[in-house]
Amino acid sequence: MIELYVLLVLMIIGALVAVELKDLLSSVIAVGAVGLALSIVFLILKAPDVAITQLVVEILALIILIRATLKKDLPLATTGRWFVNTLITACFIVLFLAVGMKCFKDLPAFGEPLMRVSGTYIKEGLQRTGAVNLVSSVILDFRAYDTLGEATILFTAVIGVLSIVRRIGRKKVGEEIKEEE
Amino acid sequence: MDVYLLTLVLFSIGIYCIVRKRNVIKTIIGVIILEYAVNLFFILSAYRTEGRAPIFMQEEEIVNMVDPLPHALVLTAIVIGLATTALLVGIAMRLYEKYGTFDITKIKELKG
Repeated sequence: MIELYVLLVLMIIGALVAVELKDLLSSVIAVGAVGLALSIVFLILKAPDVAITQLVVEILALIILIRATLKKDLPLATTGRWFVNTLITACFIVLFLAVGMKCFKDLPAFGEPLMRVSGTYIKEGLQRTGAVNLVSSVILDFRAYDTLGEATILFTAVIGVLSIVRRIGRKKVGEEIKEEE
Repeated sequence: MDVYLLTLVLFSIGIYCIVRKRNVIKTIIGVIILEYAVNLFFILSAYRTEGRAPIFMQEEEIVNMVDPLPHALVLTAIVIGLATTALLVGIAMRLYEKYGTFDITKIKELKG
């Protein structure tokens, strides 16, 4: 599993680069690199469906973010109480990591998942749903209401994006509509 | 155990980015990194040593499948993450149009 560790370290480095770079477009590209590494990690962890979805979603998110940052490079402000604020944040994160390490002892060890619910899915999935791919049988049959809720959230978000980005609202009397660019 | 710790480090990088950076786009990048870390944690918790992908084959009998349930949950979570990212970017672009900056210390008026 050495490649898993290599990719995880690569992701952490990419995330640090994305956070600390001054150039907005470069940091967006760094986030894209992290997402593509994540999709390879999913492939190594035997989740091909998730890897494909992550790849497609990553490319779309990258396009959206580049559209937002293009030609809008601005220097980051570092005035104010920079040192004190960073120190407080670092203390909080160290505390968070310590608590997390304590909590991880109670999880099942890596490589031995709890299969209490999905044992049933694996045993009876093929007979009860007829789907060869167990992930799709869980999404579309055993937990179909979950997917319905997901579609609701998705369309609500799309309506939100449309109503925010849309330029033409209710016209005032005598007002002319101007399109962008 | 180490892989969980590395995932937590990735999560705390995202938290640092959200808490500490003043640029709106940087905040969005922090949210995206948080999303990655949570999805990665779920998939890691599903992995079984020497496991196979949860797809049945025609001839061979597969006994050691990985857990398919977190895969299904993460699949929905990734798509929702894209939708929320698009919403955040839309709001950020509107803010840039109105104020001419991404710096949150200069965006002070809440009037519409």
